[in-house]
Amino acid sequence: MTAAFDRHLLVAEDISVHIPSGGGTVRAVDRVSLSLERGKTLALVGESGSGKSMLCRAILGIPPGRAATRGRIIFGERDLAQLPEKELNAIRGREIGVVLQNPMSSLNPVLKVGWQIAEPMLRHLGISLLKARERAVELLGAVGIPRPAERVDCYPHQLSGGMRQRVAIAIALACDPQLLIADEPTTALDVTVQAEILNLLGRLQMERRMAMILVSHDLGVVAGRAHETAVMYAGRIVEQAPTVILFDQMRMRYTRALFDSIPRLDAPSGQPLASIGGQLPDLAAELQGCRFAPRCRRAEDRCFAEEPPLVADGLEDHRFACWFPCEPGISVTPPGPLLPKRIMS
Amino acid sequence: MNGNNPKNQEPLLRVKDLTVEYPACRGRKVHAVSGVSFDLARRETLGLVGESGCGKSSLARAIMQLPKPTAGKVILDGDDLAACDPVRLRILRSRFQMIFQDPASSLNPSRTVGASIEAPLLAMGHHGREERTRQAKVMMAAVGLDPERHYGRRPHQLSGGQCQRVAIARALMTNPRLLVCDEPVSSLDVSVQAQILNLLREVRGEYGLSMLFIAHDLAVVKNIADRVAVMYLGRLCEVAQCEDFYRAPAHPYSMALLDAVPRPDPRHLLPATGMLPGELPSAIDPPSGCRFRTRCRRAEALCAMECPELREIAPGHKVACHFPTFVKDL
Repeated sequence: MTAAFDRHLLVAEDISVHIPSGGGTVRAVDRVSLSLERGKTLALVGESGSGKSMLCRAILGIPPGRAATRGRIIFGERDLAQLPEKELNAIRGREIGVVLQNPMSSLNPVLKVGWQIAEPMLRHLGISLLKARERAVELLGAVGIPRPAERVDCYPHQLSGGMRQRVAIAIALACDPQLLIADEPTTALDVTVQAEILNLLGRLQMERRMAMILVSHDLGVVAGRAHETAVMYAGRIVEQAPTVILFDQMRMRYTRALFDSIPRLDAPSGQPLASIGGQLPDLAAELQGCRFAPRCRRAEDRCFAEEPPLVADGLEDHRFACWFPCEPGISVTPPGPLLPKRIMS
Repeated sequence: MNGNNPKNQEPLLRVKDLTVEYPACRGRKVHAVSGVSFDLARRETLGLVGESGCGKSSLARAIMQLPKPTAGKVILDGDDLAACDPVRLRILRSRFQMIFQDPASSLNPSRTVGASIEAPLLAMGHHGREERTRQAKVMMAAVGLDPERHYGRRPHQLSGGQCQRVAIARALMTNPRLLVCDEPVSSLDVSVQAQILNLLREVRGEYGLSMLFIAHDLAVVKNIADRVAVMYLGRLCEVAQCEDFYRAPAHPYSMALLDAVPRPDPRHLLPATGMLPGELPSAIDPPSGCRFRTRCRRAEALCAMECPELREIAPGHKVACHFPTFVKDL
């Protein structure tokens, strides 16, 4: 047990987030366990409402309103779920940094970005104002903002969407955290900016040996960006594996369906996409069996009656929850180059 | 109806030298769209691609006459919309409709789904209430909504994908010829995005629509469009048939956009750094000559002096670049 904790920065066990609502209790996250090694990236993938953001909020100790969080969240040697608010405040922003989806709403519109980057350093590191400003300029440079010494005095509205997200990343990195939680960091951005921000996060993570939780609804975004990928559906993890293995052989049928619904540059144009019919189940209702069964083409009686456990089959670190999984060993990535070789004139 | 009508041979939409400028402080102007021209054939889908701030939404709105463009012509079926008086324009509006990026904010939150879908009929002066309801329910079924269950609901009771279906139903109520879609799937999950793309493809065939489909993701455009137009800072860089564009992109900006599309393949290596260096320059004071030159690796002195014309490098393949790439057939 202790050996595991040495290697692992974060071990979350049996996390549940239950939110009371008019129609009963919504089980936004239901008995989810995950672990993250130092310096590694874990991707959480799933549709809106699958519970991925809620899981991040549970780890951060900021569940919405009247929600009840259960489970153990071991970070380093402490159980975050047991810590009083004051001690949590000393960890959040210092040891755990967060980047959210929409930088316009996560940045303060009436404060210069330099102030916003300096704030966590003043609060947690107790350094002087002058020193904090110097470091803010350094950080702006590190996240790829040109002319950082001038931009430090800009307001968020003077920057483009991509630049704002870079500022948000600079704030998250200000105190050199061990863990960065990036919740859909590029969903509100253009594809060109998205690629840059993802490259930036990857580079910073390597340089600083940070662990990262990368949340996205798009499997295409996390491919090649995460060591491990966990797919969530209706509050549960339904498949989890090292990213390369997951993309090589998707076993759980929801993962496969999610993958097939991505429009691809290497697919012929004008073909209908394989979409997933139906909708997420009502999480306030008592759910039986596999939660994906109502939308699954392969579902049989057993799927509606018994919930499949998240277990490995063959490869030890590839776990999935499905009674009738896809055949293993069939590569889902079509062979051949994705783009034709370009011959420069 | 009458297949021999010479009108049917003509493109449905002709956009000529369209310019959109907005007033900025100290008498300056934002050059959002500068002299854009293109045609859209009947039953054709043109994908318009570019980054935020390139003027693609301004172009869409200028075509919709919301507001009218600063200069240029928008000829739909022989009528120049930009020159129409408001009364005539109101009658013509039934022929061109639009759907927007954020379905939740493009629907009135206090109106029921049914009322939203019927609104265009009311605006067109169809006053028979029962007939309106009947038509709305038929349309709801056509876009994959349950007419009985969803008719009386309000937008907050629906998911993002369902809201977008309502917006599509509403746009189709007047039986339009042209559907302008401004990033209709950008704010949706991939799984829902696939549903909506499939639905648009379906209704396009069924209602014989021409579509202007705006997006920033070239993989999405490849899936739905027949032809692609790439826009940068208010000007078109490249226009080509889908097949030619994806096989042989010629403009350096088109290539940068293609490189940025996320590949669902963990072994695919992205170009390490600076696919597209720098930022989009200000549209108040765009660069001289080629507007892309400040971020282009191939830029030379000529690019700063002369604005490249959109010229044909292959049949139907137009590029505005002094030094385009030619890809030999594989």
